[in-house]
Amino acid sequence: MTLLTARRTRPAHAGRRRRFGGRFNPETPPWLFAAPALVVYALVVLYPAVSGVVYAFTDWSGIGQDMSFVGLANFRTLLADEQAMGSIGNTLLLTVAIVVVQNGVGLLLALGVHARLKSRALLRVVFFSPVVVSPVMVAFLWKYIYNPDPSAGLNGLLGLRVDWLGDPSVALWSIAGMVVWQYAGYSMVIFLAGLEGVPRELHEAAMIDGAGTFQRFRYVTWPLLAPAVTINLMLSTIGGLKLFDQVFAATNGGPGYATETLSTVLYKQAFVFGKFGYSTAIALVLALFVAAVSLVQVYYLRGREVSA
Amino acid sequence: MRRTFLLEIVMIAVAVAFLFPVYTLVSLSLKDPGQIAQSPLAPPNPPTFGNFTTAWSAAALGPSLVNSTVITVVSLVALIALGSFAAYFLARVRSRLGYGLYILFLLGIVLPFQLGMIPLYELVTDLGLIGTHAGMILFYTGIQLPFTVFLYTGFIRALPREYAGAAQIDGASHLTAFTRVVFPLLRPITGTVLILNAVFIWNDFFTPLVYLGGSGYETIPVSVFAYVGQYVSQHGLVFAGLVLGALPIVVVFLALQRYVIKGFSSGLKG
Repeated sequence: MTLLTARRTRPAHAGRRRRFGGRFNPETPPWLFAAPALVVYALVVLYPAVSGVVYAFTDWSGIGQDMSFVGLANFRTLLADEQAMGSIGNTLLLTVAIVVVQNGVGLLLALGVHARLKSRALLRVVFFSPVVVSPVMVAFLWKYIYNPDPSAGLNGLLGLRVDWLGDPSVALWSIAGMVVWQYAGYSMVIFLAGLEGVPRELHEAAMIDGAGTFQRFRYVTWPLLAPAVTINLMLSTIGGLKLFDQVFAATNGGPGYATETLSTVLYKQAFVFGKFGYSTAIALVLALFVAAVSLVQVYYLRGREVSA
Repeated sequence: MRRTFLLEIVMIAVAVAFLFPVYTLVSLSLKDPGQIAQSPLAPPNPPTFGNFTTAWSAAALGPSLVNSTVITVVSLVALIALGSFAAYFLARVRSRLGYGLYILFLLGIVLPFQLGMIPLYELVTDLGLIGTHAGMILFYTGIQLPFTVFLYTGFIRALPREYAGAAQIDGASHLTAFTRVVFPLLRPITGTVLILNAVFIWNDFFTPLVYLGGSGYETIPVSVFAYVGQYVSQHGLVFAGLVLGALPIVVVFLALQRYVIKGFSSGLKG
């Protein structure tokens, strides 16, 4: 197939003149333009992903070529594995918390910074700056901020005595908190780009019709913000589902299994316990989650987008 | 007018609260253990700079800075070269096969890399590239290609075909028409591609931890991770290491903040 197409386009009609209805119609560039990228992509992404799907149905230990197909055994193990099932629950809770809070905060920040403030440029830089720092380093910083010591960090600031990362019923939300702190500025700049695309005349027209601030937001701004909402929801959902660095650096899944996510569990199954087959089975479940969520969001959210 | 003023006060208060972790980071890095134990929240009085000299050498930040820079820069060059050429073909091709190829590339954006993590580790080992710059560069080029191709293709599709056509009428080959005429027109999207990929590659942690750990070619996040593990309870030293580790990218961000924020907010409009 590839060769056929290649032959058709290859004898480059480059330089030969062709006119269709007065418009130039330069032929398609040769497929060779895409070949190097395709080779690297196939080698680094496609081939490993396909092998990953195959390994998910084996009992491969990662050493040597010794493995046999075990059918759905890895998935049955997964269903019976309390730690792994708990990590699915944690991943979903964490994702929902991050998506809701990060985008809520991001939207409020964007609305605040969008107003004509003297300090708007500076505020934008302040709120965005954590986005460019490595998540591992942010996690180490927050590990100290979440210190149980009542005189230091967040406890010292707020006069509380909470063991933010040591209390199993709090730890997961503390992780969500540090992620939100780091990425609320990312949501903010995307919302801000959306807000800047709302035509001023629409607001003026609504104002003349007697719409208040809230009504103008609800009926003018919000519908036009839909593309920014789509992008923000997709980015934060996928980021939440794949979350690894922050958990690994701050709690490593603890206390107990309270903050274990799909990514940390599959990491441990592979690199600590050597169960490579089982680990890829968990990765396949994660992949299906991500794919399902992205598809649903694209179809559902794209549907409610309108243009100005 | 008064409402704007009130809002300004509120936003500044929010920003100050938002910066509390940053204040903690910097102030602790300037304290000795005694000061930290006595008054963890107070500003350093007097500030000590000894933590920084210790952290710089103990975390091997000099070599890591070189490793991070080499890996990031070479990966970016490869991504822009491979990505823009491929996208030019994918944006202009009209066959079903070409469209299928485009979809195949897009698939890579949603696919979590963990699925291929272990087979890829094997492959990189077989190629003898574990613990090398080349292995990491190959990895980042492959893993970030889908996103890069996606951004470039969208931009090129909106670009009139006539530019390249005119050059070809004048006798230019596809290659010349692309490199001399089309590629310079891609500058805005090349900026976005550069910024988003640079931040991702520079800060990436998991793969360099697995591929480079203990090789002597560690990138900054991996070195800082190992360093923090070593000095875990000495907060002044740990935070000096974090400050130094974050400094390069923060300085670049502050210098180019307008472009960086624009890149992050505009690049994702599919």
